[in-house]
Amino acid sequence: MSDLGLFFAILGAALAALVAGAGSAKGVGMAGQAAAGVVTDQPDMFGRVLILQLLPGTQGIYGLLIAFVAMNNLGIIGGQPANISLLKGLAYLGACLPMAIVGYISAINQAKAAVASIALVSKRPDQFGKSMLFPAMVETYAIFALLISILAISGVGAIQ
Amino acid sequence: MAVLPMKRVLIAGLRKNRKQMLELLQRQGVMEISIRKPGETATDPVFTLTDTTGIRATFEKSITLAGQSLAVLDAVSPPENAGGGLFSGRERMSLTDYETNTKKRDRIMDMVYEIQSLNKRRLEIAAEIPKTESQLEAIAPWMEFSHPLDFTGTKSTRTFLGALPNDVPEEAIREGIGNDAAAVDIVSHSGEQTCIAVTCLKKDAEAVEEALRRMSFARPAVSGDVPAKQKEALSVKLERLAGEDEELKKKIAAFAPRRDEIRFIADYFRLRSDKYEVIGSLEQTDRVFIVRGYVAARDAANLEELLTTRFDCVVEFSDPAPDEEAPVALSNNGYAAPVEGVIASYAMPAKGEIDPTFLASIFYYFLFGMMLSDAAYGLIMVVGVAVVLAKNKDSIEPGMRKTLKMFQYAGIGTMFWGVMFGAYFGDLPQVIMRTFFHTEIGSLALWCEPTLQPMTVLGVAFIIGIIHIFVGMGALAYTDIKQGKVMDAVYDVGFWYLLLVGAIGILLNTDMVGGMFGLHLNLPASVILVFEILAGIGAVGVVLFGGRDSSNWGLRIGKGLYALYGISSYLSDILSYSRLLALGLATGVISSVFNSMAAMVAAPPVIGPILFTLIVVVGHVLNLAINALGAYVHTNRLEYVEFFGKFYNGGGKPFEPFTENTKHYRVSE
Repeated sequence: MSDLGLFFAILGAALAALVAGAGSAKGVGMAGQAAAGVVTDQPDMFGRVLILQLLPGTQGIYGLLIAFVAMNNLGIIGGQPANISLLKGLAYLGACLPMAIVGYISAINQAKAAVASIALVSKRPDQFGKSMLFPAMVETYAIFALLISILAISGVGAIQ
Repeated sequence: MAVLPMKRVLIAGLRKNRKQMLELLQRQGVMEISIRKPGETATDPVFTLTDTTGIRATFEKSITLAGQSLAVLDAVSPPENAGGGLFSGRERMSLTDYETNTKKRDRIMDMVYEIQSLNKRRLEIAAEIPKTESQLEAIAPWMEFSHPLDFTGTKSTRTFLGALPNDVPEEAIREGIGNDAAAVDIVSHSGEQTCIAVTCLKKDAEAVEEALRRMSFARPAVSGDVPAKQKEALSVKLERLAGEDEELKKKIAAFAPRRDEIRFIADYFRLRSDKYEVIGSLEQTDRVFIVRGYVAARDAANLEELLTTRFDCVVEFSDPAPDEEAPVALSNNGYAAPVEGVIASYAMPAKGEIDPTFLASIFYYFLFGMMLSDAAYGLIMVVGVAVVLAKNKDSIEPGMRKTLKMFQYAGIGTMFWGVMFGAYFGDLPQVIMRTFFHTEIGSLALWCEPTLQPMTVLGVAFIIGIIHIFVGMGALAYTDIKQGKVMDAVYDVGFWYLLLVGAIGILLNTDMVGGMFGLHLNLPASVILVFEILAGIGAVGVVLFGGRDSSNWGLRIGKGLYALYGISSYLSDILSYSRLLALGLATGVISSVFNSMAAMVAAPPVIGPILFTLIVVVGHVLNLAINALGAYVHTNRLEYVEFFGKFYNGGGKPFEPFTENTKHYRVSE
């Protein structure tokens, strides 16, 4: 049974990196298409639209971060895998889920806002400051999820 | 910390001085000139207005042509300092140089036209080359055919030239034709097609043609002379085109030494086009012209002196009317001014609002620093900006300078929090000591490590948030009082202060919230009572006065209750500051991910340390870039949403002086 605990814990870590990363991959891709379209006509917009394209990429990084923290706690990275109970393993899985799920959904919706903002900047380059804010609003929820996942993982680590 | 006071200005000058006066104003760049809207008429029938749209259109065309020629020239012969001048602004040009160059304008435009026509020919060649190449390709299967391609036969024979789909053997073709008297020559064959020449007697021609058609015989896409001759002619043509293109390239490249003249001419027409926009807005008589606009009060005396000493003119200043929306410019001290760009990209202060720059700047560097929080990253930002500023100190544009300064100060904030959290490229010092020297040096944090004590840092993040929000509310009270609405300040800010302070006090004493942060205050009942009374007064005040714009008491209380419900938005505002911890953690943890990856490969001698360095350098460059972007975006968000949301709407019209709106040169006296 102890192996099963470790299995669920690693599943959680993997899901955080996988699902949030998939969301960011999709999101950055969507925004990249819009950005490339703008650069066709306005090559000098490259710097601005690149920043907007990158905004939905942070969820993937947060997912990676959670996966890393979880695996570090489990001793998978550079150490002996810890022997943990099934309950603890499931708790790790649960702790990773906010980042995985909210990361995925927020990355894609942030990308939609980023695409719209890229269109905005292409027509009104002076509105770059504001255009960055719309996607950033969505990211708030990814940050909350990140926070809860981190706090939960460190909390679970303390369970015996 | 202020919105610059503006003066209305009216200048009346002589027509003969119009050019010099306007150019002086343009170079000074201190006055916003009121531009006439389409359809607007003169204020007095004495004056006439000039329509300059036609002449401006020709200037704009010249600007476009010069820009295109410059792009053509840059493509053929790239400028030497390409990309190096990312931060360097426009080059300075003295007035004498400007005037010398102006005299050469026709010759420069001749060059622009010349480059345009050379490039036009290059475009034609660029279209012709692939056309010729495809002709060569089409003729290739017929190379073995020794007669002209439009050969149809002799006096008594007919020859059919064409292709059959797929690779068809000779026997199959003969069989398909079914005429022993017909001669079948296979000119070439490949997987896709078989090119054949079928010769038959004239009398059999129709039958043979019909048979061929059944086999999907298709006439060749090419015709004309003997293929070998055609090929030679086409090859010669290709060579000639390529040669001509090279010649044209050389001719265009020969203009490279005069590149600066093209840059100049683009700027020259930009200046003239802008000037004629102003001329179109002038009220004029035969001898006199009048220009109106705004100037910052501090520049007024200077402007008047400059104009009146050089020209016969009248300069009049007046204060804007109380209800007039004068354009807004900001003026701040060296600490706050770099943040002006952040304010401008939100909105300029509307009439009666305060300039939020200074208040925003107090928090800006601090919040940014807490989110990036790495002493080494901060140092890189501080030193990097210093180097860029030193390298471009003569030419850098003021806006770019401010932005860079902002990142430099944010770098200082980052260093501060990095030292607090003990992050120097994350945990790189510890990793190096552990990996190469097998020593544990422990934490370097001056205060605490967020990864080890997240709840402590989260608590501090909330406290910073509460202070930020309270300062924002204070700014609303200040604005209200400045506008004479003292009671509004009490109702909208005072009661909320009481309510929030009371509520926070009560919450911290509860097991749930206090326990979360490891606080077990167990405040004496009398203190709790004080908090409860504060919260009570605040809540009652909000309910009674939150809906004071309604005269119906029932409606007023209802609205007041709804206003009280707004406390939930304060809760979510404060929770939003948890991003200070989250983004700080992100920087730290990603750093340690890269550091651990580097440590894993560090074991082998020589190659190990090299790989270690490589991973560390690449990893931290990436981490700095992505997290600096995140810190920038989210600092802006906290300022725009949580902070400005409390007191600042904006909506003022930014001050846009009549100035040299050029790309390459800045003309100065």
